[in-house]
Amino acid sequence: MTLEGYANFSNYAVAAATVVLALAWLSYVAEWAFGRRQLGVAAAPGSTTRTATASAEAHVDGTGGPGGVATRTGSGADAGADAGLRSDAARRIALSLTVLAWAVLVAAVVARGLAAQRVPWGNMFEFACAAIAVVLTVYLILVRLQQVEWLGGIVTGFGVVVLGSSITYYVPAGPLVPALHSYWLVIHVAAAMIAGGAFLVGAGASALYLLKSRAERRTPQTADRVGYIWRLPTTAAMDQLAYRVHAFAFPIWTFGALIAGPIWAQYAWGRYWGWDPKEVWAFITWVVYAGYLHARATAGWKGKGAAVLALVGFACFLFNFVGVNLFISGLHSYAK
Amino acid sequence: MTDDDNGPQTARRSALAPALPTRHFLRWVWRQLTSMRTALFLLLLLALAAIPGSLVPQQGVDAQQVLTYRAAHPTLAPLWDKLGVFSVYTSPWFSAIYLLVLVSLVGCILPRAGVYARALRARPPKAPRNFDRLPHSRTYETDLAPEAVLAGASQVLRARRARVDVAGDELRAESGYLREAGNLVFHVCLVIVLVGVAGGALFGYRGGAIITEGGGFSNTLTQYDDFSSGALFDTEDLPPFSLRLDDFSATFQQDGPQRGAPRSFEATGTYTSEPGAQPTPYDIEVNHPLEVDGTSVFLIGQGYAPVIRVTDGDGNVAYEGAVPFLPADGTYTSTGVVKVPDAQPEQLGFQGFFLPTAVSVGDGAPISAFPAAANPVLGLFAYTGDLGMDDGAAQSVFVLDKDELTQVTMRDDKPLRILLSLGQVTELPQGRGSVEFVGLRQFVKLQFSSSPGLSIPLWGTSIGVLGLIMSLSIRPRRLWVRARSTGSRTVVEVAGLDRVSRGDLAADLDHFVEQLQDGP
Repeated sequence: MTLEGYANFSNYAVAAATVVLALAWLSYVAEWAFGRRQLGVAAAPGSTTRTATASAEAHVDGTGGPGGVATRTGSGADAGADAGLRSDAARRIALSLTVLAWAVLVAAVVARGLAAQRVPWGNMFEFACAAIAVVLTVYLILVRLQQVEWLGGIVTGFGVVVLGSSITYYVPAGPLVPALHSYWLVIHVAAAMIAGGAFLVGAGASALYLLKSRAERRTPQTADRVGYIWRLPTTAAMDQLAYRVHAFAFPIWTFGALIAGPIWAQYAWGRYWGWDPKEVWAFITWVVYAGYLHARATAGWKGKGAAVLALVGFACFLFNFVGVNLFISGLHSYAK
Repeated sequence: MTDDDNGPQTARRSALAPALPTRHFLRWVWRQLTSMRTALFLLLLLALAAIPGSLVPQQGVDAQQVLTYRAAHPTLAPLWDKLGVFSVYTSPWFSAIYLLVLVSLVGCILPRAGVYARALRARPPKAPRNFDRLPHSRTYETDLAPEAVLAGASQVLRARRARVDVAGDELRAESGYLREAGNLVFHVCLVIVLVGVAGGALFGYRGGAIITEGGGFSNTLTQYDDFSSGALFDTEDLPPFSLRLDDFSATFQQDGPQRGAPRSFEATGTYTSEPGAQPTPYDIEVNHPLEVDGTSVFLIGQGYAPVIRVTDGDGNVAYEGAVPFLPADGTYTSTGVVKVPDAQPEQLGFQGFFLPTAVSVGDGAPISAFPAAANPVLGLFAYTGDLGMDDGAAQSVFVLDKDELTQVTMRDDKPLRILLSLGQVTELPQGRGSVEFVGLRQFVKLQFSSSPGLSIPLWGTSIGVLGLIMSLSIRPRRLWVRARSTGSRTVVEVAGLDRVSRGDLAADLDHFVEQLQDGP
């Protein structure tokens, strides 16, 4: 294929991945909708032995995902069982579509790299596509390892929004400005994308944690606990997952933004750290996530406070990507 | 750091107490300052304090933008000045916050290092009397003797690199000591990085200079356009290298939507590391600085320097040379100033613009369509009078002081506009001489900087990240096994306690019990 052929293929593939991902998101929404009439975990008849026998066990055990939905609702031969089957089917379809969207998007990113003959993350459009590919990769890996299908709606929804809006800052494939001619582009930006992908998963888990703990406070009676949210894992398990992905992402962010970034800045601009808006927000993001890690070990901040900080941290990360790129001028102005 | 503290209790108790003696008060302040809650608060405050610097232009980052901002916000600017918003990162309040963070950090590290040193020498703690009270415990019966059970458990746990003690009928094990070590290493490294960066700035220097093709630079203070150095740097110690710029080449995207985007910049020439040394060829590109004698030379800017010849009213060449015009946008629309103090009968000054590829749009002034020099045009306004260069005050070469100058006009009193293509000459009215656009060169802006000891923060951060990974991934755990003989059988109780919640204790206990039951 010619360079132009690769570029065109990449564009079509990005569009296709966006559509497939949107369908995946709709399926996750359907899973949620079908799950609305179902009883919660604890009240469901014939629930799994683990949840039935030792609630304390499930409390600290990370594997409380909706993987075992069928057993939870299984023997209850009411309308809920039917909805449960549909909800299950919707989830499986959603996961398959997510895998498909991931494969198409990875192909798009690879083709973009071949078209431009460099790493495919040299401007805002490419970063958005590559970063969503990373987000989906992180999500699918975690689905394998930790049964986190319950995060699917948030992850795919976010991906659709980013891919869909990426058309507004689309740039055709081409070579880079001299400041980006460096292998640090590979290291620095890849680290930012991986950390960002994990930050999104952590933010999703923290958001659902906040929702569910609010629901728990508002619905003290287990008999009243009907709906999708009660099929989510325990708040403890969500908190645990959020911590794990943040503990994974934070050192990568430290390396990418505060070590690799300054080293490259020294080569490109002659100084390690110059309080460029991108650097400022990378620093703010780092400090907020450092705050999150401390909050988890501070009385009065555990749980809710920490989860809110995780969301604030992700908001800072997003602002650094969108706000600083589009509204603030600085040395990192690679949006166009 | 990552463990609970007694901050709130201490605070509440002290708040109720009557006036404290100074010593106690200081201790109270120190406790507050080094508590986890304060550390968290200071971190968030630091994040908050950093925000204004990204929204308002900063003096130290882009002084030009600060001027533009001042002009656009005449009412806000004085207030921002008072609050130090134009230089957030050197302002007293920002410095106060990060110094408090630093104190809080040190105040956390010191006591915790002591605690950790004691913990390293301590043995695993005794088993609680009642295992049922722990979050996770298991019980099973076996035919093995209690001693054999404990020996087997000890072997399994030692293989997992836990610290194991057997006392009587119970086994005590603790693992994950390295978590706190990693935690301490990371925080110590943070301090080293902050101190290292500050130290490097004290002994280093940085300066910028504009050099035109064919021109040279020697590393002395007078040759710099701007220069700053640390408090402990002696400008006598500037390394005595010099360099010449032979050629600068810039390429730009010729077609497509990104037409005009820069593709490569390359400066070539020779340098000598000390007077009399053999000149060595060099090649500086963006991302590829030149290293000479502890100083790094970076290519941080470029532009055009039209060669201008000014002949005065007496017919003498009063000025001839390349004048750097500073680019103002992506198409290298550049502005510059020519000062001719030697012109007779009166001094001459010119202010104007340079367009590398000029195109006419309608009736207006030409604009630049492309950054490469395809159709260079020089536009100038002329002034006569006193340039103000004789009173000894320092003057910028890029600004014309018009206080004592009058603009040269045409017969109809309209300002004289000079537009010159390469090689063209224009006569000035009233026999004041002529201006000629003789040739075109390019200039580079080089930055020279030296920051000794920078490997310290670099190593600091690298080791710090390793410590961070350790502190986030290692989870300390305590395990106890109790084996009691009840006649023919042995009842074995196993219990565990995670000091940091990690969610897999139940599964691990099951696995551990299986290992014990299978026997060694």
